[in-house]
Amino acid sequence: MRFALPLGLVLGLALAAPAAAETTPPLKDVHFSFEGPFGTFNRADLQHGFQVYKEVCSACHSLNRVAFHTLSEEGGPSFTDAEMKAIARGYNVPAGPNEQGETTDDKGQPLMRPATPSDHFPPPFANEQAARTANGGALPPDLSLIVKAREGGPQYVYSLITSFGEKPPAGHVVPDGKYYNPYFPGGNISMPQPLTDAQVTFVDGAPNKIADEAYAVVTFLSWAAEPHLEARHRIGLGVMIFLIVLSGLLYLSYRKVWKDTPH
Amino acid sequence: MSGPSTYVPQTGLTRWLDTRLPLVRFAHDTMLSFPTPRNLNFWYAFGAILTFCLGVQIVTGIVLAMHYTPSALVGSIPDSNLAFDSVESIMRDVNYGWLLRYVHANGASMFFLAVYIHMFRGLYYGSYKAPREVLWILGVIIYVLMVLTAFMGYSLVWGNMSFWAVTVITNLFSSLDQVIPHLGSAIATWLWGGFAVGDATLNRFFSLHYLMPFVIAGVVGLHIWALHVPGNNNPLGIDVKGPQDTVPFHPYYTVKDGFYVALFAILFAALVFYAPDLVGDPNNFIPANPVVTPADIVPEWYLRPFYAMLRSIPQQLAGVLVLAGALLTLVFIPWLDSSRVRSNRFRPVMKVFFWVFVADCILLGYCGSEGVDAAWHLGGIELSLVWVARIATAYYYIYFWVLMPLIGLIERPLPLPDSIAKSVLGASAAPAE
Repeated sequence: MRFALPLGLVLGLALAAPAAAETTPPLKDVHFSFEGPFGTFNRADLQHGFQVYKEVCSACHSLNRVAFHTLSEEGGPSFTDAEMKAIARGYNVPAGPNEQGETTDDKGQPLMRPATPSDHFPPPFANEQAARTANGGALPPDLSLIVKAREGGPQYVYSLITSFGEKPPAGHVVPDGKYYNPYFPGGNISMPQPLTDAQVTFVDGAPNKIADEAYAVVTFLSWAAEPHLEARHRIGLGVMIFLIVLSGLLYLSYRKVWKDTPH
Repeated sequence: MSGPSTYVPQTGLTRWLDTRLPLVRFAHDTMLSFPTPRNLNFWYAFGAILTFCLGVQIVTGIVLAMHYTPSALVGSIPDSNLAFDSVESIMRDVNYGWLLRYVHANGASMFFLAVYIHMFRGLYYGSYKAPREVLWILGVIIYVLMVLTAFMGYSLVWGNMSFWAVTVITNLFSSLDQVIPHLGSAIATWLWGGFAVGDATLNRFFSLHYLMPFVIAGVVGLHIWALHVPGNNNPLGIDVKGPQDTVPFHPYYTVKDGFYVALFAILFAALVFYAPDLVGDPNNFIPANPVVTPADIVPEWYLRPFYAMLRSIPQQLAGVLVLAGALLTLVFIPWLDSSRVRSNRFRPVMKVFFWVFVADCILLGYCGSEGVDAAWHLGGIELSLVWVARIATAYYYIYFWVLMPLIGLIERPLPLPDSIAKSVLGASAAPAE
């Protein structure tokens, strides 16, 4: 689809637009601080977004690929080391066999220990079956790459989580246990409305309308999907300046070498 | 190579080496003194650009392979696989791994962009015509090897689009069952290393993906050798008549190619740093899942013209043959073109059909990008893209097998200049400036 417009123009067929039946509305026109060639993550948004993930999303969604230590690294939410370690300690992870070779305690529960900075966020459910059982048969996807794994990226995720509670179009049937969402393929999603106004009280008292919460959590998930985005933009600028200067010098050399040589 | 060697060893060591292994002489004759037509334009820089691309892919690929795990087995992360996890680890944990991987992944796109321009340039200026048939065929072989390498490289991510692309393409072999029962299925099983696309498939694809670039580099060596025997074609398509028509490769073309490589690198860097996922598919950020098929299985942009051909034929075996035939056709071009004139600059009729052919290839790529049910509404008439692709596929074949032989016979070419030097210097043939 992304090639449709330029190619259509090239071929002089711009008027003959593809006839795909568009049932989903256009994505909400929201701009994020990390977009564009110089974009960076807003630290406050990342920290707020982390809080939204922790207090809301993490009840059902894992964040399997994100390690705690990245929360305090450059280009991320920039928690202090002490804050990051405290966040990690707040989670329990499987402890593995103890010195007696036991992996479960007296009650048959797995041995657990507080997480350390090198651990990843533990998943909310023990396995896929447990996740499905708790969610009416649906599997809440892992959120580590969700922003990259959906057409429309951050705008799609933002539009999806801010568009619950709308009235379905006439004739649209929403089965029991499903919720109408115009952005979800097919219009019926198993996730109930995740965010409401003032659902999360940010530690610094920042505004917490649903739009603020969604903006923050999408920023956090975009960082989770690409933690080195800021380095990419920063190094990219240096590389572009270098290549433009190099091209300029090569162009001048080219002109000088060919000066007296007709071609 | 072309013409007598002008190398004169200057030191005792190089004189000694020259009578034992004339390596320095070889480098001098092929890269420094090599007589090159003075009128090569921008479009001739893509040979150097492609060499740059191959180098970038090999260097980044070797380092990526140090961190990559070619395994479809499940690791510590549920619903994923070790290959996908290792790619994500490269993106997150390996120092500058994100940079290596973005350069390598987008490098494939830039490589194909350059090779398509290089091929169209060869077609436009008749660079396949005698005495450059072998040069052209070696180029076709490189292109086919590139397609195979890119396909296997894409599979290595073992995302859901990787998995289903491998499944769809390897299953094409099963169409051979229609010729000899069980033959195609047997080939597919042999390719997979099992009864389905799985861990063994990924392992062998990784092995071959690592091997192929070096095979390509070898054929590139032959390609350059075959270039240096007859020498470069040029935009006029006429033979070099003497030293007045040429300049030494260095410094004239090292600096000119160098400038264009730098410009190409700017475009490359813009993609890597500012839009690294532009040509990717979101489905490949989901780990391979054999029970969930992506809504639309599409290859990367550079294979979509052929994918459109394949999809436009309702009978699978026929579709595979049309696809293979489209590639095989390229081998015969030197003998399909009946014109005495090489360059389309002097071919007023063929030139028009050439540009229609370029548009046709882009149109095929567009058809391959759209969903199977897509259609155009042209003033109330619904034209399904499958039919557009059929017409475009027909033109692809007609261009090579009908127009090329026919137009050369009936077309009246424009008068050719006497020599490159005369064309460059104007009618006076006196040295300008």
